[in-house]
Amino acid sequence: MNPSMTKKLLLTLLAWGIALIVFFPIFWMVLTGFKTEGEAVATPPSLFFEPTLAGYNTVMARADYLKFALNSIVISFGSTLLALLVAIPAAYSMAFLPTKRTRGTLLWMLSTKMLPPVGVLMPVYLLFRDMGLLDSQLGLIVVYMLMNLPIVVWMLYTFFKDIPKDILEAGRMDGAGTLQEVLYLLLPLTLPGIASTGLLSVILSWNEAFWSLNLTTSDAAPLTAFIASFSSPEGLFWAKLSAASTLAIAPILIFGWMTQKQMVRGLTFGAVK
Amino acid sequence: MATLQLNNIVKDFGGTQVIKGVDLEVKDREFVVFVGPSGCGKSTLMRMIAGLESTTSGDISIDGQRINDVGPADRGLAMVFQSYALYPHMSVEDNMGFSLRLAKVPRAERREKVLAAARILQLEELLDRKPRALSGGQRQRVAIGRAIVRNPSIFLFDEPLSNLDAALRVQMRIELARLHEELDATMIYVTHDQIEAMTMADKIVVLQGGVVEQIGSPMELYHHPRNRFVAGFIGSPKMNFLDIEVRGADAEGVDVALPGGDCRVPVEGGDAKPGDTLTLGIRPEHLKLDDRGPLTGRIVVIERLGGVTSLYLEHGDSEWILVADGDVAHRVHDEVRFSFDPACAHLFKGDGTALVHRHRHPLVDIDRKENRAPSASEGR
Repeated sequence: MNPSMTKKLLLTLLAWGIALIVFFPIFWMVLTGFKTEGEAVATPPSLFFEPTLAGYNTVMARADYLKFALNSIVISFGSTLLALLVAIPAAYSMAFLPTKRTRGTLLWMLSTKMLPPVGVLMPVYLLFRDMGLLDSQLGLIVVYMLMNLPIVVWMLYTFFKDIPKDILEAGRMDGAGTLQEVLYLLLPLTLPGIASTGLLSVILSWNEAFWSLNLTTSDAAPLTAFIASFSSPEGLFWAKLSAASTLAIAPILIFGWMTQKQMVRGLTFGAVK
Repeated sequence: MATLQLNNIVKDFGGTQVIKGVDLEVKDREFVVFVGPSGCGKSTLMRMIAGLESTTSGDISIDGQRINDVGPADRGLAMVFQSYALYPHMSVEDNMGFSLRLAKVPRAERREKVLAAARILQLEELLDRKPRALSGGQRQRVAIGRAIVRNPSIFLFDEPLSNLDAALRVQMRIELARLHEELDATMIYVTHDQIEAMTMADKIVVLQGGVVEQIGSPMELYHHPRNRFVAGFIGSPKMNFLDIEVRGADAEGVDVALPGGDCRVPVEGGDAKPGDTLTLGIRPEHLKLDDRGPLTGRIVVIERLGGVTSLYLEHGDSEWILVADGDVAHRVHDEVRFSFDPACAHLFKGDGTALVHRHRHPLVDIDRKENRAPSASEGR
């Protein structure tokens, strides 16, 4: 075997190893969801057992899964659309009309992600209470939009920066105003990037738990709240909790699986020419 | 009909002046070439005319109308970019018709105009292709087609041929020249390639450091450079320069001292006095091998191009380039003598300005129409 082959083999093994480590908890969760409560806590844990849908049946009987799922869908897609609507003009101006402070502004926006969310829980909660946004879809849409905005702006900015300025200038010579420039040239050219940014934003919103648990109770509660409702005060029932978690992540997992080509293309967009 | 006037144009980029007061007049249907070394401001000047770059001070007028504050699309100009700047996601037809689509021209009329331009450029077969499926030369033609469709009052070309290979460049150069005849439009063209400038221009604007060094017809720049920079920039290989001493000067000519005897250059002496130092400039093609010539040199490099041979000579501190005919039998290290016709020589003062020649070269005012047969379509 020549050295490059050995290297390739080792890299492949490493990739598989990392993938397994990353995927194992999910695998174990799905597995546990099909166990009885007794098997779920057995030591040593059993890999082979008789699968049962008991956990799922209890979960479905105890809570309205579809309502939570619908909330999740509305909130994550709504916040993503809103974020794109705000971020596209912002990224456009940063990419094509930069000032001395553009770089600093971007870093500052990103730095807000370093603040622990709990630090602003109190003010946000009080604001929401006074504005009647507690336990509303709109409230979560706004919070998620704000939460994801730094990343969305940053990603769009890098995609926009890859578009040759000449093309937009040619558009301007052809008579395109700013809006037409964005609609007819910039958006079609950066569609893969915008799509992957949107997908990322959807996934991040879907998985967000802190704000959804603190700002919703029932009406607007998404699937993260659905999971949390199964870590009950009377103790942890692992099989039921796993079944609930599996139900909660299944849609986004399938969604991610279907769009993974798009995701990878978008995330490496510009890097590979 | 379109004329363009630039009146004391200045461009200031955050405290650095890149265009330092340019005056220029472009006549209707003229082909004007901006030429100069990289960083001389030629592209910036064109972008200011296009409206892609703001003007710090001075006036830009088209047909007498000041257009400083008019947006790029409303100036009625079209620009062809060095990178072609085609819209990658649109077909050739959509690329060419984009400006019409923005202007809300009905689809049928749009198609008609695109087809007319495509016919001129022989692009009919390619209308459905995407830019990535085209060769460099085809992309270039689409970019030109996009400009033609707009029916602009002035065409702007920003180094349009520099991304093409040498053979295609020559072909496109001729096509562009013919296109100019056919469209009969005013064109402004930026290049760093002096062959493009010499072959296509009615008028060349030589720029350096944001300043216009000289404006004139190609033959005027070649035969009557106003200063040492223009003399060195126009012509290839570069003009030879040698510092020499003045023996005597009057209105009829200047006598200068050469190693092998004095010679009289027919330029107006001005304030030159005996004992002054001037710079003598002679083009390599005006030097000729001559056993009794006043200059000598030892050959260090020979470049044989077949038709002509370039000899690189050394004499003391001075270096010479001499273009001789293709069959010179000399070898490296040979000592050769050479001479020149003083009427072809130039003299430059210490500040670089040239002493004015007594006689104007007969080809200086030649018209471009005398250099080209009528365009292909007119001939048909």
